[in-house]
Amino acid sequence: MSDINNKYVSFQDVQKTYDGEILVVKGFNLDIGKGEFVTMLGPSGSGKTTCLMMLAGFETPTQGEIFINGTAVNRIAPHKRNIGMMFQNYALFPHMTIAENLAYPLQVRRMGRSEVEEKVKRALDMVELGGFESRRPKQLSGGQQQRVALARALVFEPSLVLMDEPLGALDKQLREQMQYEIKHIHARLGVTVVYVTHDQSEALTMSDRIAVFNNGVVQQLDTPQGLYEKPVNSFVADFIGENNVLHGKIESEENGICSLNVNGEKIKATAVTQAPAGTQVMMSIRPERVVLGSHHEGIDNSFVGSVKECIYHGDHIRVRVSLLGQDQFILKLPNSAATGGVSVGDSVQVAWSSGDARALDIVEY
Amino acid sequence: MSTSVPTADNMQVNDPQLKGKLKKAERFLKIRALLLVAPLVLFVLFTFVFPLTEMLYRSIHNPILVDNMPQAAALIREWGQVELPGEDIFSEVGKALVIAREQKTIGRIGNRLNSEHSGMRSLTTKSARKLGKYTGDDYKTYMLGLDKRWGEMETWSAFKVLSSEYTMTHYLAAFDMQYNAKGEIVPQPEDRQIYIDMLLKTLKLSLMVTVFCVILGYPLAYLLSVLPSSKSNLLMILVLLPFWTSLLVRTSAWIVMLQSKGVVNSLLLYLGIISEPLDMMYNQIGTVVAMTHILLPFLILPTYSVMKSISPVYMHAARSLGATPAHAFIKVYFPQSLPGLSAGAILVFILSIGYYITPALVGGRTGQMISNLIAYHMQTSLNWGLGAALAGSLLIVVLVLYGIYNRLVGASQLKLG
Ligand SMILES: Nc1ncnc2c1ncn2[C@@H]1O[C@H](COP(=O)(O)OP(=O)(O)O)[C@@H](O)[C@H]1O
Ligand SMILES: [Mg+2]
Repeated sequence: MSDINNKYVSFQDVQKTYDGEILVVKGFNLDIGKGEFVTMLGPSGSGKTTCLMMLAGFETPTQGEIFINGTAVNRIAPHKRNIGMMFQNYALFPHMTIAENLAYPLQVRRMGRSEVEEKVKRALDMVELGGFESRRPKQLSGGQQQRVALARALVFEPSLVLMDEPLGALDKQLREQMQYEIKHIHARLGVTVVYVTHDQSEALTMSDRIAVFNNGVVQQLDTPQGLYEKPVNSFVADFIGENNVLHGKIESEENGICSLNVNGEKIKATAVTQAPAGTQVMMSIRPERVVLGSHHEGIDNSFVGSVKECIYHGDHIRVRVSLLGQDQFILKLPNSAATGGVSVGDSVQVAWSSGDARALDIVEY
Repeated sequence: MSTSVPTADNMQVNDPQLKGKLKKAERFLKIRALLLVAPLVLFVLFTFVFPLTEMLYRSIHNPILVDNMPQAAALIREWGQVELPGEDIFSEVGKALVIAREQKTIGRIGNRLNSEHSGMRSLTTKSARKLGKYTGDDYKTYMLGLDKRWGEMETWSAFKVLSSEYTMTHYLAAFDMQYNAKGEIVPQPEDRQIYIDMLLKTLKLSLMVTVFCVILGYPLAYLLSVLPSSKSNLLMILVLLPFWTSLLVRTSAWIVMLQSKGVVNSLLLYLGIISEPLDMMYNQIGTVVAMTHILLPFLILPTYSVMKSISPVYMHAARSLGATPAHAFIKVYFPQSLPGLSAGAILVFILSIGYYITPALVGGRTGQMISNLIAYHMQTSLNWGLGAALAGSLLIVVLVLYGIYNRLVGASQLKLG
């Protein structure tokens, strides 16, 4: 791929403050390739919307440049950027019918009548809402309104589409359905999508890459798999997926494996942190990577814990054990004959491989 | 089915009982709710509904002849207005006039007749005096001899018009019309046509006030709705400040500003922009300026509250779809603010149609409006019926205009907040 295709959208050292005191976005760098689906993920108030608004042109960066297709856009008005946008509360014009809503971006581009009609029809068919042309937005359900908003953001064929928590107002089932629908349309049309959400599972299912935000800083930019398997700090590990945490001090490090002192015991973990010996760090391991018994291959951590709670989940059993002074240590055991016998009060051998355990910097948040 | 689950049938058996119980349970709630609003209902009844109906009733109620000369009135009602009445009517009217003179009601009757046809007051008082001494039984010949006006159709039409208890004469007068001698509805003579002109002028001035309020108020309401609340609160207080001062004071302040030796004229003269003072007071300009100022908040408040509820996200959406700021404003923002704007504009228009104090103070001769005429009939000429008819026709005009608006835009589009 050429350089331009790797950097279809590019934030370069962007800063933003609203009040001249607090930096809402700090030193933000992000390159988005053409046709990519990139998600900005982070808790509420972390500056995601601000970044999107700067890209759309409704806010100007206090410092830094934003490029779209190689052009600096800081001084280009929003309506000249040719960016499709979807908003959390749909933002369908309430005084227009569905067809008028969809025709609006085409009419401001002075398209001919028959062409407008043709495109509106095609866009509505794309989101399976043919026949709804003359309804008003209020007469549609939330999911239908969101599909109209999607069609409107795409009807004028922008090559870049921004979506700010577009599914936040929908219920869970509808949200999942819309996630796939958006994903399919993205794959079919090949548009570049910048998506904003605070829902990590939504980000994981939809995105090519995810930028995890906190306090206006990107903590990690990676593929969903990379984020889940290899979080780089405690914030990302906590924010993405479920996570067992043990706090301890670094004692020594060798070949990328460090040993930690947790509650007087020695634990081996992959050294993601660069911190020197003596630093307080956090060890993180996913529940499904923890096993019972120490007879498995590659296991180099094994401790005795006591079972506090077992919850039956059908395909797996969730076991909470008290271990190394941490009584919220969770195991996800596959539902098999071998694990069926665990019950509350048992003493069990809890084990994991140092390759799955990660010693992370503790970041404040 | 042999189960004991109740079927639809045996559930309906209970129905009458159930309904009764439901009613009983709800009756208490209903009574309590009614009691809570009862003071308001009584207040509205006594201060609004009752006076209004009473007023409208007066505009058509016309008891003067029916009460004071019932037999004569009954006979005149039957008269065909083709030729002079016969002896029966002459004698009844003659006797009734005599009785009226004894009972001292002749003045009121004369006044009322006079307002239908001039000269009737002197005719009735004079004839009543003479008739008191008449002892014969050929009233027709005698009265025709007394005054030749008894032989004119116009005289008897005046009686005819007032002979029924309910009459449209006040409304006809309010629209510059009258009955002629044949009982047909014809326009008033040119020199007595004032009310339609006055109504049209009132509508014109009200429309001007409304337009100026919209031009001044819409941008201000927009500004209020987009400013951060710390600043918009201050501005809102300034908008409402006029409500804190007396209407009289505010109107008088305009006299100080606009009179021929007032602030504005002095300033313009001093700056050399004009060489002679402009006439801005005691005419239509004064009325429009002062009323615009006074009614402006009534436009701003509903417009503002609707604008406040329009999310800025719509403008963002429109801009992102490729619309220039102006296009987005006209096509996306303005239509959404229209319910508030039209509610405010209708409020201002209806308020100004019936406005009284300001035109009375600063309107001079040309800046008077129809409410000043109504007040004149209520207070000075004491022709309450005509005053009530003018007020009634004003109400009709407002309702018609509202009906037209409702047709064009739809009243459900109105939003006061
Ligand atoms: N228009 C604005 N004026 C002032 N502060 C703002 C404005 N918009 C957002 N902020 C502040 O910037 C921070 C980041 O907000 P935002 O970008 O909306 O976060 P997110 O979308 O991740 O929830 C928040 O603390 C918010 O209060
Ligand atoms: Mg946001």
